[in-house]
Amino acid sequence: MSFDFAVILAKLPQILSGLGVTILIWVGGTFAAVVLGFVVATLRRFGGRGIEVILRAPIEILRGTPFLVQIFLLYFGGPYIGLRLDPWLAGLLGISIYGAAYYAEIFRAGFQSVPVGHVEAAECAGLSRNQIITAILLPEMALLVLPPALNMSVILLKETALLSLITVPELTMTVQAIGSQQYAFVESLVILALVYWALVELANWLGRYAERNLSKLSA
Amino acid sequence: MTDPAINVSHVSKQFGETQVLRDISMQVEAGKVSCLIGPSGSGKSTLLRCMAFLEQATSGSIHIEGEPLGFTDGPQRRRQSPAELRRVRSRIGMVFQQFNLWPHMTALGNVAIALRKVRGMSRSDAEDRAMAQLDKVGLKERAHHYPAQLSGGQQQRVAIARALALDPTIMLFDEPTSALDPELTGEVLNVMRQLASEGMTMVVVTHEIGFAASVGNRIAFLDGGRLLFHDTPQAVFAAPREPRLEQFLDTYLDRGASMLK
Repeated sequence: MSFDFAVILAKLPQILSGLGVTILIWVGGTFAAVVLGFVVATLRRFGGRGIEVILRAPIEILRGTPFLVQIFLLYFGGPYIGLRLDPWLAGLLGISIYGAAYYAEIFRAGFQSVPVGHVEAAECAGLSRNQIITAILLPEMALLVLPPALNMSVILLKETALLSLITVPELTMTVQAIGSQQYAFVESLVILALVYWALVELANWLGRYAERNLSKLSA
Repeated sequence: MTDPAINVSHVSKQFGETQVLRDISMQVEAGKVSCLIGPSGSGKSTLLRCMAFLEQATSGSIHIEGEPLGFTDGPQRRRQSPAELRRVRSRIGMVFQQFNLWPHMTALGNVAIALRKVRGMSRSDAEDRAMAQLDKVGLKERAHHYPAQLSGGQQQRVAIARALALDPTIMLFDEPTSALDPELTGEVLNVMRQLASEGMTMVVVTHEIGFAASVGNRIAFLDGGRLLFHDTPQAVFAAPREPRLEQFLDTYLDRGASMLK
């Protein structure tokens, strides 16, 4: 048996379209997840005990259940409570919410990692509470959370492949469909793996570049 | 008669069940250097941190140049507003054992930021002033280095410059050389000596008994949360009448003597 990649590569425009959807959901979902996760972590840190308790449960549920189950519940279960979403919107929302739970934990750890003494030094210098948050806590935290945050975005990229199961026309669904049409299943899987790997390497390369530029700031 | 720079009056402090400070009263006159010595856990760092309101005394009061710090005077002990606390605290410069420089800013940025954000100075004015302060501690050439690129001694000198830039009348030092090796300790102590000779009011928690003896106008000895002694170095070192103090000083003599063998 011989591999024939040509029959798949002949559908390059379709593949690129699927790749575009994957990148859009990945970048858009990661962005929304970072923002949402940050808001949640900030509320937990500064919002008082009540908010802390309320927010803890949903985060634990989201981190404690498979992403596949979550998007099935959102897409197939949503209509039972009147929530009818287009596949791509359900996918984007799913990635955002799932990612937000993890980013909230990453930022929570980040807040805790800033030494108390750095805040005390800022208080002694006369900075107000808001100035301490914006000028000291947030930038210091950004440095600390950069590696785990980038790692999480790579995980989210790979999770987008599951969105093919709720018929989002992203990379996995597109390439597998081509593979079925052309009777080239294995070839399609090999190409899928290579494209995802290339995207992950690109993300890692960007991450290493950012870390190199910031490394002089950490002891 | 003018108010003392720092007036600690009947201060006690509890952490849960543990009594860390027991009814401590002491005054530091303007322009004088008081060194707080004592064994680990004696409460000396806690007392110093109370003087900057980084710890809250459970009872008692602390006045900075006659003004209450942290709590209002009067029959009801109420927390000061954040703005009022900042105003009183602006007379105090604090230097920490772990330096506590902000890692995402250069040495210059560390010194300049409060000048800009608290004093409202323009960036260039603030940086000029910050540069002058760094020059004073001998670090003008390192102004554009980040803390991680500086030695411990250099970081601590930046921290001193950062505090001095805000024109405090009182400087508090919490074991400023305990995280440094002996060589780097010297450069920090020299900066502090110079500061003392210029008439800065200073309170220094230290294990550097030699520094305390030569620079301190007063030595305060704490043990078990009590202030056992607050007197001149001569009185403390030449004729320690307090047995606990004698025992504490002996440990230093022992170490010195063992080196000669």
